[in-house]
Amino acid sequence: MYNFNYHQAKSVDDATKLLTGVEEGKLMAGGMTLIPTLKQRLAKPSDIVDLGKIADLKGIKKDGNNIVIGAMTRHFDVANSDVVKSAIPALAYLAGHIGDPAVRNRGTIGGSIANNDPAADYPSSVLALNATIVTNKRKIAGDDFFKGLFETALEEGEIITGVSFPIPEKAAYMKFPNPASRYAIVGVFVAKTGGNVRVGVTGAGPVAYRQKDYEAALAKSFTPDAIKGIVQKDTGLNSDIHASAEYRAHLVNVMARRAVTAAG
Amino acid sequence: MATVTITVNGKPETREVENRTLLVQFLREHLGLTGTHVGCDTSQCGACVVHIDGYSAKSCTMLATQVNGSNVKTIEGLANGEELHPMQAAFRENHGLQCGFCTPGMVMSSVDLLRVNPKPNEQEIRGWLEGNICRCTGYHNIVKAIAACAETMAKG
Ligand SMILES: Cc1cc2nc3c(=O)[nH]c(=O)nc-3n(C[C@H](O)[C@H](O)[C@H](O)COP(=O)(O)OP(=O)(O)OC[C@H]3O[C@@H](n4cnc5c(N)ncnc54)[C@H](O)[C@@H]3O)c2cc1C
Ligand code: FES
Ligand code: FES
Repeated sequence: MYNFNYHQAKSVDDATKLLTGVEEGKLMAGGMTLIPTLKQRLAKPSDIVDLGKIADLKGIKKDGNNIVIGAMTRHFDVANSDVVKSAIPALAYLAGHIGDPAVRNRGTIGGSIANNDPAADYPSSVLALNATIVTNKRKIAGDDFFKGLFETALEEGEIITGVSFPIPEKAAYMKFPNPASRYAIVGVFVAKTGGNVRVGVTGAGPVAYRQKDYEAALAKSFTPDAIKGIVQKDTGLNSDIHASAEYRAHLVNVMARRAVTAAG
Repeated sequence: MATVTITVNGKPETREVENRTLLVQFLREHLGLTGTHVGCDTSQCGACVVHIDGYSAKSCTMLATQVNGSNVKTIEGLANGEELHPMQAAFRENHGLQCGFCTPGMVMSSVDLLRVNPKPNEQEIRGWLEGNICRCTGYHNIVKAIAACAETMAKG
């Protein structure tokens, strides 16, 4: 690991100040992705600004019909939150199936979403639940946030402060995990609110996306059979030693049907 | 460089460290506490698991500066003098180790499991150990040891 200057930010404003004027500043949440990246010398920030001690960025609250989760809230806390478990149990389930307990004890929702790993779990829920990403500068609709492989709508130095998830009528998440890392080979989040259905898919392509043909079919009939016959093409899907594009295409349909069944 | 004070196994330790010093390096190289192992150094194996303010975390994937001011417990701090922690005793009793390399991390993770879930079933134990890899035992006796410890601790 190359060395760097290290700063502990006291507040979001303080973090912004600390990032200003440095050669290459990098925010750090739990470090669960950033530290492995630094160890491999894939990044060489001059300055690291640690958000770990900013109490305002942690916590979960119900705000009207939304569940608002602070950026520095750990996966463990989302998985075990009574508020999340009663309002959006699918989201608690998702958080409780990220990596392993030690990862869930350090990894955060803000870090996961900012990092936008193609196999990360949270992006599927942001899309399916029509969530809003709140930053220190603006609010970004979930649909506009994930731009491409590890690429998001965040500008240089922009800090995620929280994510606001509208409470759906019903929802479920199903993933086919990589047996070693538990990242999603394919994960599908299905959410129904009134006559509206949204389906977020992660792991299958270079970036999480909405499966709009499933959404239309499920809006008419919220049953696994409604999407069983829709053939998912493998064009543009990921192919690696873990799963071919063709296999991932197949898994999208299987995971989506399982999620619809689980949502009930 | 940074000056950090970390309370390790109940004792405040103040040291000058490089900003890039990993917590596991701080424990092993600065304090000589070599019970915490490095198996993979890539956040996968769990040999380096310690407790930070009570919860389990991989010390190879943390900076010492991140836990400045925190309480860290390592495998060395688990026993009460000569008396083994019930989890250590259960691993010994149930043959939950062979070479012992994964054991410090296994024991620290397992203690955390019983903190959040005092009566885990077999599936919950196996699920919790997702991030702890053992190349010797086949896990069977580790699972047995944790179940036995849960029972002992429930009796008080
Ligand atoms: C062994 C292992 C298994 C894992 N398995 C899974 C899995 O199954 N599913 C899954 O989804 N994930 C998995 N992860 C990733 C995990 O979920 C972490 O949450 C994720 O790595 C991000 O870590 P972090 O929150 O500590 O952020 P960091 O690593 O600290 O930061 C990640 C990136 O986000 C930026 N960032 C952090 N916070 C903010 C913010 N508030 N605003 C703007 N930018 C920010 C940082 O600058 C950095 O670029 C795994 C990780 C490991 C090590
Ligand atoms: S050495 Fe830390 S997880 Fe393997
Ligand atoms: S006992 Fe040898 S690695 Fe687990």
